[in-house]
Amino acid sequence: MIRALGKHTLGIVDELGDFALFTARAFTAAVGSRKLGRRIVRAIYEQGVRCVPVIVIVGLFTGLVLGLQGYYVLNRFGSEGLLGTLVSLTLVRELAPVLAALMLVGQAGSALAAELGIQRNSEQIDALETMGASTHAYLVSPRLIAAFIVFPIQTAVFAMVGLFGGYLSGSVLLHLQPGVYWSAVYNAVELQDVRECFIKAAVFGLLTVAICAYNGFNAHRRSGSTGARAVSASTTRAVVFSSIVVLAADYLITSILVNHS
Amino acid sequence: MSVPDTALDLFLDVRGLHKRFGENVVLAGVDLAVPRGAVVTVLGKSGTGKSVFLKCLAGIVHPDRGTIAFDGQSLDSHNAVARVEFRRRCSYLFQSNALLDSLTVLENVALPLEQTTQIPNREIRQRSLEALRQLELEKHRDRYPSQLSGGMQKRLALARAIVTRPELVLFDEPTAGLDPIRRNGVFEMIVKYQRQFGFTAVLVTHDLPEALVSSDQVALLDGGRMRFQGTPEAFNLSTDPTVRAFRDSAAALRDTIAAVRRGETVTSKEDL
Repeated sequence: MIRALGKHTLGIVDELGDFALFTARAFTAAVGSRKLGRRIVRAIYEQGVRCVPVIVIVGLFTGLVLGLQGYYVLNRFGSEGLLGTLVSLTLVRELAPVLAALMLVGQAGSALAAELGIQRNSEQIDALETMGASTHAYLVSPRLIAAFIVFPIQTAVFAMVGLFGGYLSGSVLLHLQPGVYWSAVYNAVELQDVRECFIKAAVFGLLTVAICAYNGFNAHRRSGSTGARAVSASTTRAVVFSSIVVLAADYLITSILVNHS
Repeated sequence: MSVPDTALDLFLDVRGLHKRFGENVVLAGVDLAVPRGAVVTVLGKSGTGKSVFLKCLAGIVHPDRGTIAFDGQSLDSHNAVARVEFRRRCSYLFQSNALLDSLTVLENVALPLEQTTQIPNREIRQRSLEALRQLELEKHRDRYPSQLSGGMQKRLALARAIVTRPELVLFDEPTAGLDPIRRNGVFEMIVKYQRQFGFTAVLVTHDLPEALVSSDQVALLDGGRMRFQGTPEAFNLSTDPTVRAFRDSAAALRDTIAAVRRGETVTSKEDL
C-alpha cells in the first residue's frame, strides 16, 4: 500500500513538473514565432467573441438572482438601500471572475482540449514536430496570450451585465429607487476591488487555458484509453481540473489579497 | 541478411535499432543503409513494425537502443543540433496524411516554410503555389483537406513534404487504402518527383509489385530484423525462406485456394 501511495504521489509530482515545463515552454516559444499576432486574434475570437452570449446570459441571471435574494434579505432589516452594495461587491470580488472563468472553461476550454486531442490523435501534432515547427508556439502560446486579454474583458462584461441584472430585479421589479441602487454601487466599489477582480481573471485565464491545452496536447499519454475515448477522457479531465483549480486559486488569491489590504 | 554494396555514399545509416512497447518487442536490431539519392523501400507484412521503424528515424518514437547516422552525423538523443538539422533537411509523409484540417490547401503547404524559415511571406506564397501547381492542386488552394478526395489529399501531403526542398523524404505506407490505379499513380508520383528534386526516399509499404519496379533497393523487415536488403533483381533471385515466403505469397495463395476448391484440408501457416 505504501508503495502504491508513493508511486501515485511521484506520478502527481512528475505530472505537475511536466505541466510547469509545458506552460513555460509555451511562453518562451512565443518569442520570434511567425504570424503569432494572427493566431492570437483568432484565439481571442474563439475564446472571447464566441463566448460573449453565454457570459451575458449567465451574468444577467446571476445579477437577477442576487438582486432578488439580496432585496428580501436586506428588507428584513430595512436596509434594501444597500442592495447595490451587496450586488456590486459580490459580483466584482467573487462571482464575476469565478463564474466567468467557469463558463469560459465549459465553452472555450473544453473546445481547446478536444481540438488538441483530435490533432494529437490524427497525427497533426506529430506532423508539426517532424517539419521542425514549434508545436508549443503554434498551438499553445497564442491561446495562453489570448487568455490574458480575454478573461479580464469577459469578467468585466459579466460584472456589468450582472449589475444591470441586479438593477432589473431590485429597481424595475421590486421598485427600489434606481438612484439609490446605482449610488450604492458607485460608493461601494473601490479601485482595489476592480484590481482584485482583474488579477483573479488573469490568473484563472492562464491556469485554465494551460490545463486544457496540456490535457488535449497529451491525450495520447492517458493510460487505459485510446482514440476517441482518449480525447473524451482528456476533455473531461481538462474541464474538471480547471473548475477545481479556479475555485482553489480563488480562495488562495482572496486570502493573499485580504491579508495585504 | 544480404548486405548491399552501399559503402560509397551513405546518406542514412541505421544500425542495431531496438524498440519494445512493454513486453512486445517490435524492433530487435534493425540495420538499414540508404545511399544518397536512392529510393529504398522497406517491405514487410502488416504489424511487423515498419511504421515504428520509420517513426524512429523521424524522431517521433525514441528507440531503446541502436544508432542512426544522417549524412555522417549521429542522431542520438544527446545531439540536439543534429536532430534539428535532420528535421530541416527531412520531410515525413504520414500514412494518414496528417494534414491540418482547419487550414486551407494553400495554408497547409505554406505551413512548414512559415514555421521553420525566415523566408519573406511573398516568397512563401510563390513557393507554395509552385508546389501546388506541380502536383496539380493549384485550383483547389482555397479548399479544406476534408473537401478533397483521398488521392488529392495524398498529393497535398506530398506537396507539403517537398515544399521545403528536403534532401530526405520518409514515406509511411503512401498507398494505404488506395485502389490499384491510384496506388500506381502514387508510386509514379514519388519516382517522378524524386528524380525531379533529387531527394533520397525511404518508403515503407507491403505493395510488393509496385515497390520492386519503383525502388533502387528493397529491404524486408520480419521478426524485428531486416532479413534482406538489396536491389529488386537480387530480391527476385533470393533463396532466403523469409524473402521467398513474402515474394511468393500470391502464388502460395493461388495454390491454397485451388486446394480448398478441390476439397482438401488446408492448415493455416501464419497468424493473421
